[in-house]
Amino acid sequence: MVAPTTKKLFSVTLRVWRQAGPAQPGHFVDYPAANVNPDMSFLELLDVVNDGITKDGGEPIAFAHDCREGICGTCSCTINGKPHGPGQGIATCQLYMRSFADGDTIVVEPFRARAFPIQKDLVTDRSAFDQIQQAGGFISVRTGAAPDANSIPVPKEDADLAMDAAACIGCGACVAACKNASAMLFVAAKVSHLGLMPQGQPERDKRVFAMVQTMDAAGFGNCTNQYECSAVCPKTITHDFIARLNRDYLGALFRAKFKPVSNAAGGGGS
Amino acid sequence: MAKLDSKTPAGPLADKWQKHKQEIKLVNPANKRKYEVIVVGAGLAGSSAAATLAELGYRVKNFVFHDSPRRAHSIAAQGGINAAKNYQNDGDSVHRLFYDTLKGGDYRAREANVHRLAEVSVNIIDQCAAQGVPFAREYGGLLANRSFGGAQVSRTFYARGQTGQQLLLGAYSALSRMVGAGGVELHTNSEMLDLVVVDGHAKGIIVRDLITGAVSRHSADAVILATGGYGNVFNLSTYARQSNATAIWRAYKRGACLANPCYTQIHPTCIPVSGDYQSKLTLMSESLRNDGRIWVPKKKEDAKKDPASIAEADRDYFLERIYPSFGNLCPRDVASRAAKRMCDEGRGAGESGLGVYLDFSDAINRLGEAGVRERYGNLFDIYHEITAESAYKTPMRIYPAVHYTMGGLWVDYNLMSNIPGLFVLGEANFSDHGANRLGASALMQGLADGYFVIPYTIGDYLAQQKPGSRPPADRAEFKQAEENVTAMTKRFLANQGREPVSHFHKRLGKLMWEYCGMARTKQGLETALQKIPALREEFHANVKVPGSGDTLNQSLEQAGRVADFIELGELLCRDALTREESCGGHFREEYQHPDGECKRDDEKFGHVAAWEYQGEGQTPLRNTEPLNYEFTKMSVRSYK
Amino acid sequence: MNLLGSLFSSSLGRKFLMAATGLVLFGFVTGHLLGNLQVFLPPEKINAYGHMLESLGAGLWLIRLFLLACVVIHVWLAIQLTLENRAARPQDYGVTHTNRATLASRVMARTGLVVLAFILFHLAHFTVRIGHPQWSEHTFTLLNGTKVRDIHTMMVQGFSNVGVSVFYIIAVGLLSYHLAHGIVSMLQTLGLKNEKWTLGLERFAVAYCWGYFLLNAAIPVAVLGGLVKLHA
Ligand SMILES: Cc1cc2nc3c(=O)[nH]c(=O)nc-3n(C[C@H](O)[C@H](O)[C@H](O)COP(=O)(O)OP(=O)(O)OC[C@H]3O[C@@H](n4cnc5c(N)ncnc54)[C@H](O)[C@@H]3O)c2cc1C
Ligand code: HEM
Ligand code: SF4
Ligand code: FES
Repeated sequence: MVAPTTKKLFSVTLRVWRQAGPAQPGHFVDYPAANVNPDMSFLELLDVVNDGITKDGGEPIAFAHDCREGICGTCSCTINGKPHGPGQGIATCQLYMRSFADGDTIVVEPFRARAFPIQKDLVTDRSAFDQIQQAGGFISVRTGAAPDANSIPVPKEDADLAMDAAACIGCGACVAACKNASAMLFVAAKVSHLGLMPQGQPERDKRVFAMVQTMDAAGFGNCTNQYECSAVCPKTITHDFIARLNRDYLGALFRAKFKPVSNAAGGGGS
Repeated sequence: MAKLDSKTPAGPLADKWQKHKQEIKLVNPANKRKYEVIVVGAGLAGSSAAATLAELGYRVKNFVFHDSPRRAHSIAAQGGINAAKNYQNDGDSVHRLFYDTLKGGDYRAREANVHRLAEVSVNIIDQCAAQGVPFAREYGGLLANRSFGGAQVSRTFYARGQTGQQLLLGAYSALSRMVGAGGVELHTNSEMLDLVVVDGHAKGIIVRDLITGAVSRHSADAVILATGGYGNVFNLSTYARQSNATAIWRAYKRGACLANPCYTQIHPTCIPVSGDYQSKLTLMSESLRNDGRIWVPKKKEDAKKDPASIAEADRDYFLERIYPSFGNLCPRDVASRAAKRMCDEGRGAGESGLGVYLDFSDAINRLGEAGVRERYGNLFDIYHEITAESAYKTPMRIYPAVHYTMGGLWVDYNLMSNIPGLFVLGEANFSDHGANRLGASALMQGLADGYFVIPYTIGDYLAQQKPGSRPPADRAEFKQAEENVTAMTKRFLANQGREPVSHFHKRLGKLMWEYCGMARTKQGLETALQKIPALREEFHANVKVPGSGDTLNQSLEQAGRVADFIELGELLCRDALTREESCGGHFREEYQHPDGECKRDDEKFGHVAAWEYQGEGQTPLRNTEPLNYEFTKMSVRSYK
Repeated sequence: MNLLGSLFSSSLGRKFLMAATGLVLFGFVTGHLLGNLQVFLPPEKINAYGHMLESLGAGLWLIRLFLLACVVIHVWLAIQLTLENRAARPQDYGVTHTNRATLASRVMARTGLVVLAFILFHLAHFTVRIGHPQWSEHTFTLLNGTKVRDIHTMMVQGFSNVGVSVFYIIAVGLLSYHLAHGIVSMLQTLGLKNEKWTLGLERFAVAYCWGYFLLNAAIPVAVLGGLVKLHA
C-alpha cells in the first residue's frame, strides 16, 4: 500500500537536546539522517531516527506528540530557535521535511520556560495551563441547567471572534517564543473566547482576575508587547486579544473597586 | 458464560428512557460524597461524565494518559455533532434521527439505546451552548446547521472545522471547574494498566505514572472506562497516535465482554499514504463531499495521467453513477468500498494507484474560488500542507482509511458491562452505532453518555452498594493486579530483542488492512488468524524496549499497547470470520448483492457478538445478545 | 486590597502602571521639548516661560513631585518586571531566533537606564545647578521690567561644553528609541489598540521619535554651531 516515490531524497543532521530528567543537565547530540523524503513529516523523521537509535542500543529521543494533525497541542519542539519550526500557523507535527534542504543541520530543543519544566529530552510539563483553566476558564453551568440553545442569540461576528480565540490548542508555543516566557497570548485567548460570548458575562470579571492571578503564580514572565507569541502561534491567534485582556482586566479592576457593597455579602436572608 | 441482559426497559419506544429515569434507584444526596467513582479517560465521554458526577456530589478520580485532559482524541473531530433540534424546520425529529442512526448502523444496534441517544441529543446542544461553545451562527445570531454524510436534513451543529475541539474544550472547562472546586481529583500522565475485580465487581484500577514510572492502586465504588476507540490496531488510521485499546483490552481479560470488534469504519475521504515512514492518515472532513465530486478515469490507461488532461467524457463519477439519489453523499462504508473497487479495477489515481479524485472545479465555477475558500479554506490548507498541492487548481486525491471502531466493551442499557460496577462510555463501548456510524454521531454519543445517561444510571448501581463498602487497596486482588503490571513491565525491559516496537505495529497494521480491512474473506481471515499469533510470538521474543521503568519511557508505553493490539487484532479477525454476513463496517466478499452492497443475514446474525476471554491461549467464547426489533423493520439499506 | 495594592501586586497591574507613568513622562518630555524650542526665539521668550513656571510656586513642586513619583514607579517596576522576565527562562535556547520583536523593544531596560542616568545628570546640571552656582545668579529683565532668572544664558553656556552636548544628544536619541517601542506598547498595555490601526500608529511613533530626536538635538547643535549665541 506504499507508493513508490519519485521524490528526491536528501540528508540532514538533527542536533537534538537530550536531557535524562528534570534535574539532570542537558546537552546537544547530533544524529545524521539520510534518505529523507520531502513528503515526510518532521515527527516521522524523528520516528525513523528513534528506530535507528533503538536498534543501535541507545535510548530514543523522548518527544511529545499525539494527533499529528495540529489540533491536540501535544507536539512541542523548538526547531532552529523557533517554536514549532519554520512555517506559519502550523504545529510541529504539521512541519514537512520539504521545508529543509540537503545538508541542513536542524537544531531541536524543548519549549523552554521556568513554568514548563523539562521532564525528559523534548518533553515538558505544561500543566500550568491546566491550572490557569481550573482557576476560571469556564462558565459555571451545571449539566441539565441549560436553557434552549437558541434562547440566547449570539451575533455572528462575536461568535466568529470567539471562535478565533477558542481555536487555541494549548500548545504553549506562545510561552516558548516569548522573550519573557509570558503566557499572555494563551490566557488572552481563553479570557476572550468566554468573554465574547453572552453566556460568559456573569463571571467575566471574576474569571479574568482568577486566571491572571494563577498565571502570575505559575512563574511566567510579563508581556512586553513584542508579539513573538502570535508570530509562532499554530492557530495564528492575534495579539489583539492581549490588548483585549488588558482592557478587560483593568476594567474589572476599576469596576470591582467602585461597586456598591451588597447586603448579600453578609450571608443568608434577613 | 457471561450473562448478557440488556436491561432494556419495557414500554413504548419513545417512553422507555423517561420511564426508566423515573424508576431508577437514586442515591441520597448526603450519601453521594461517600461514593468514589473512577473515570478513566477525559475525551468527550470521560470529561463530561467526570464533571457531571462531581457536580452531583460524587467523589471523582479522573485518570488520563495524556498530559492534559484537553488532549484527548476527541479534540480532532472536525465535522460536527447531530441533534434533532429541527431548527431548520426541514422535517427533522427525534424519531427521524433515531431512524437514520439505526438504518445507518445497518440494523445492528439496539433500538432503545439509539432512541435514547436521539432524545438527549437536543439537551447536548443546549448544554454546550451554555458552556460558551462558539458554534457557527447565522447572521440573526441563531445556530447554524449543515447536512452531513448520509442525512437528508440539516441537523449537524458545528464550530468551523473544529467541532470536536470546541465540544471537548467545553467539557474540559466543566471538568476543570470541578477540579478547581475539589470535586474531581485529576491524574494526568496516568495510564490504567489493569482493572481490579473484587467479588465479581469492578472496584479499582492499577495505574502507571508515565513520568515517574510509579505503579499505584486505586480503589473505588465503581469504575468508568471512557478510553476511546481501538482503530490503531491498523497502525495507520485517522486516530491520534497514542489512542490505544489497553484499558478495554485489560478489562476484557478480567472478564468484560468485548462486543462486535469487527465493526470498523473506514472513512472515504482521507489523504492517501505517501511512504513507509507514514505515521498517520489525515482525515479530510466529510463535509467536502457536499461540494466536491468524486471520480476516477474511465480508462485504466488514464490512471497515471495528469487529471487536468482527462476529458470530462473520460471521467467516471462513480458515486453519482451507482447511487443516483445520494450520489457523493452516500454513507461512509458505501463510498469507501466503491472507491476501493475502482482502485482494484486499476483506475485509481496517483503514483500508488490508491486514490480517487475529489474535484472542486464545478463548485469553484458555481461559488467562485472565494466561495469555496470560505467553506473549506482550512481543509484546503491542510491538504496543501501535507501534499504540497493546491486543491483549487488540481483535484484532491483521497483514499479510505480506518476512522472509527463501532465495536467495544459490551454494555447494557445502563452502560454497565457484564462486570457489575464497570461502566463503559463513548467510543470504548459498542452500544449505539450498530455496524456503521453515521457522520457527526460519535460526538453526540460521547456527550450523551457522559452528560445525560451515566449520571442517572450509575446511581442505580451505587444505590445498591453500601456507602463505605469499597474494598481497601491493600486487598489481595489489588496486589495481584499490581504484580501483573510490574511483571509485564519488567519482562519488556529485560527482553533481549532487536526490533523496535514500531516494527511490529507496522506489520500488524499491514496484516489487518490486508486481511481484515475494507473487504474480508473467509480465506483471508483464516490466514490472518495464522499470521497474527505468529507475529505475537515474534513480538514477545524479539521486541526491544530500551531504557528503564522509572522514568518517562515511550518505548515501554508503546510496547504494552502494541502487545494488546496484537491480541485484539486476532479477536477482531475471529469476530469477522464468524460473522458470516456483510453489514455496515463489516464487509465479507462472500456476502454481497450483485451490485456490491452488503448482504445481511438477519436470521442468523441479527445479534450482538460479545466475546468472553477464556484465558491465555484459549479460544474466546462467543456469546450473543439477540437484537429484538420491536418497533422498526430491519430492511435492506439502500442509498440508490 | 485597595486599588493601588491590586495594581502593584499583579503582572497586568504593574504593566498598567508602567504604561500610565510612561504616558505621563511622554507628555512631559513632549511639553518640555516644546518649551525648550523657545531657545530659538529671542531670549525674552524662554526666560519669560521659565519665570512663568517658577512662579507656580507650590504648584511647581507638586508637579515636580508627581513627575518624580512617576519616574520612580516607572523605573522601579521596570527593574522588577525585567528581572522577573529573565527569571522566567532560566535556561536559554541553544539557537536564538527572533520573529518580529524590534531591537528597540528588546533594549527597553537598557535605553531606559541611560535615560535615567541622563535625567539625574540633567537635574543636577540645570535644576540644582551643581558646580554652576552662577546660573542661579544670572538675571534677565523682561520687557515688562520683571527681573527673572536667565535661562537662555544657562542653556547656551551649558551646551557649549561638547561633552555635555554629546551626552545630551545620545540621551535624547536613546529616549526616542525607548519611545519608538514605548508609544505603541503603551497603547497595547492600556488595551487601546488593535491590528486595524497598528500600522498607522507605528508610523506615527516613528515620525514622532525622529521629530523628537532631531528637534532636541538641534538645540546643542545650534549652540555649538554658533546659531544660538549668548545674548547681549
Ligand atoms: C479525525 C477524526 C474526526 C472525527 N470527526 C468526527 C465528527 O466530525 N463527528 C463525530 O461525531 N465524530 C467524529 N469522530 C469520532 C469521534 O471523535 C470519537 O469517536 C470520539 O471523540 C471519541 O470520544 P471518547 O470520549 O470516547 O474517547 P477519546 O476522545 O478517544 O478519549 C479517550 C480518553 O481516554 C484516555 N485513555 C485511554 N486509554 C487510557 C488508559 N489506559 N489509561 C488512562 N487513560 C486512558 C485518554 O487519555 C483520553 O482522555 C472523528 C474521529 C476522528 C479520528
Ligand atoms: C522620560 C523618560 C521616559 C519615558 C517618556 C518613558 C516612556 C515609556 C513608555 C511610554 C513605555 C511603554 C509602557 C508600556 O509598555 O506599557 C515605557 C516602557 C518601559 N520603560 Fe520607559 N520611559 C522613560 C524612562 C524610563 C527609564 C528611566 C527606564 C529605566 C529603566 C525605563 C524603562 C522602561 C522599561 C523597561 C519599559 C518596559 C518595556 C516594555 O514593556 O516593553 N523607562 N517607557
Ligand atoms: S495561543 Fe497559540 S501558541 Fe499559545 S497555546 Fe494557544 S495555540 Fe499555542
Ligand atoms: S501532535 Fe497534535 S498538535 Fe501536533
